[in-house]
Amino acid sequence: MFRSDYDSDISIWSPQGRIHQIEYAMEAVKQGSASVGLKSKTHAVVAAVKRASSELGSNQQKVFRIDDHLAISMSGLTADGRVLTKYLRNECLNHKFVYEQPMPVSKLVVQLADKSQVHTQQSGRRPYGVGLLVIGYDENGPHLYETSPSGNYYDYKAQAIGNRFQSARTYLEKTYETFDDATPEELIRHSLLALRETVQTSSSSSSSTPNEGITSKNAVVAIVGRDQKLTIYENEELIPFLAGIETSGAAAGENTATSMEE
Amino acid sequence: MDSSYGLDLNKPLYDGRYSWFDHSKFGGTVYEPKPNDPSTRTTDPIVTGTSVLAVKYKGGVAIAADTLLSYGSLARFRDIRRIHKLNEHTIIGSSGEYSDFQYITRMLDDVVTDNHIADNNLQPMDPKSIFSYLSRVMYQRRNKQDPLYNNIVVAGYRNGESFLGSVDLLGTHYQDDHIATGFGDHIARPLLRNAYKPDLTKEEAVKLLEKCLTVLFYRDARAYYRVQICTIGEDGVNIAEPQVLQTDWSVGNVTYGYDGRRTALPQA
Repeated sequence: MFRSDYDSDISIWSPQGRIHQIEYAMEAVKQGSASVGLKSKTHAVVAAVKRASSELGSNQQKVFRIDDHLAISMSGLTADGRVLTKYLRNECLNHKFVYEQPMPVSKLVVQLADKSQVHTQQSGRRPYGVGLLVIGYDENGPHLYETSPSGNYYDYKAQAIGNRFQSARTYLEKTYETFDDATPEELIRHSLLALRETVQTSSSSSSSTPNEGITSKNAVVAIVGRDQKLTIYENEELIPFLAGIETSGAAAGENTATSMEE
Repeated sequence: MDSSYGLDLNKPLYDGRYSWFDHSKFGGTVYEPKPNDPSTRTTDPIVTGTSVLAVKYKGGVAIAADTLLSYGSLARFRDIRRIHKLNEHTIIGSSGEYSDFQYITRMLDDVVTDNHIADNNLQPMDPKSIFSYLSRVMYQRRNKQDPLYNNIVVAGYRNGESFLGSVDLLGTHYQDDHIATGFGDHIARPLLRNAYKPDLTKEEAVKLLEKCLTVLFYRDARAYYRVQICTIGEDGVNIAEPQVLQTDWSVGNVTYGYDGRRTALPQA
């Protein structure tokens, strides 16, 4: 990896006007398995690939419930993500107590971004090594935000982060125009199809690498929306949704290489 | 007839300090501060406003208060507004210590502004949330043994829904269709209870509050005839200019206690 004389401190600029430590932290996000988020006019969905350390180990948790109307999916250092989870849950609880009303998603994301920003400037600290996709539903409808270690945050219609996120994003860019009026089931289907892009090797050499793709064991989906509390689908609960994507990908002309092999 | 009305004229009427609460009657003594004494808390309000009245009507809430601030029993300031607009959906009225109300007003203005900015869609804060926030503050201050000496009425209208709540210096809070604070809870509340119906019109509500304020002016020695009757509802916020109540004191001649007489009129 590129190293520089100016990369040892979070608060030192390089002559090119960059702060390398922050950029390294953003790289950590790409090391984590992918998370995909998307939303319609009424619902927001997030999906993620849960890696397992070994055959015998459990799959790591990727999606965390923050409140009844809010969830995050993390890519990067999960340990850092859990710290943020604790913070977000606490902020939501506090808000509910003080204002007797659920936390607005935008307000929470700004607070989180501000917290991350502090860690890019204060000496003796390091930036969080985790990127989050935040989904939520509030007075202003469904939301999808991405937050990053740099303290930046973005509002999205659809977005993917983590390992091979670009493949998922390509899928989302192709299909996002249909999301607005999509049903919750369609949104989940799209999220899984996008997620599948990040684990599948689409080239012909894939036959030699063991690749199960998206399974009920290594995927997780969360949805929240109008008249729907946050629901997280894992394990057996995912099977019906996975059944929906098995054929549809090939039918739509996607992943032709894979389908030809079968 | 004894012209001293039962007062001991040899005792001085004013001992250099005023307190509306006579501690000596309840076995207490009046606190005399000395140079190295520990710090103390406020135990009585100094400049006070009397009752605030409010009632829901179909499509809004009406809230009223007079414009008098008393310094004990002295009618000290006679044109002070005790009803304050927080945002397009919320107004508050206060009885009790006026300086504490000024503090609360500034605090809530800040909270409302901060929340307005925090929300990217720039929606004004919900009256329910403001009320909740205020309740938490009042209760925390009470637990610090340093209460804000007020009874605050929060009136609001948002998304077609009326809101009316009250919170006092102990942090006790409740919502109702009609609310009166202080002496008004005794004098005006029964009148409001009798007259209230869910389909009250705005005009009826304003008339009702006007009547209650008049009765309070007759009965509450800390009340005044200059009043504000404000509304918040479908047609927005209306912080009304003070108006003067029409009063008729001719009944005074036949009212027991009216002119300081200690006994009922002798039968002719």
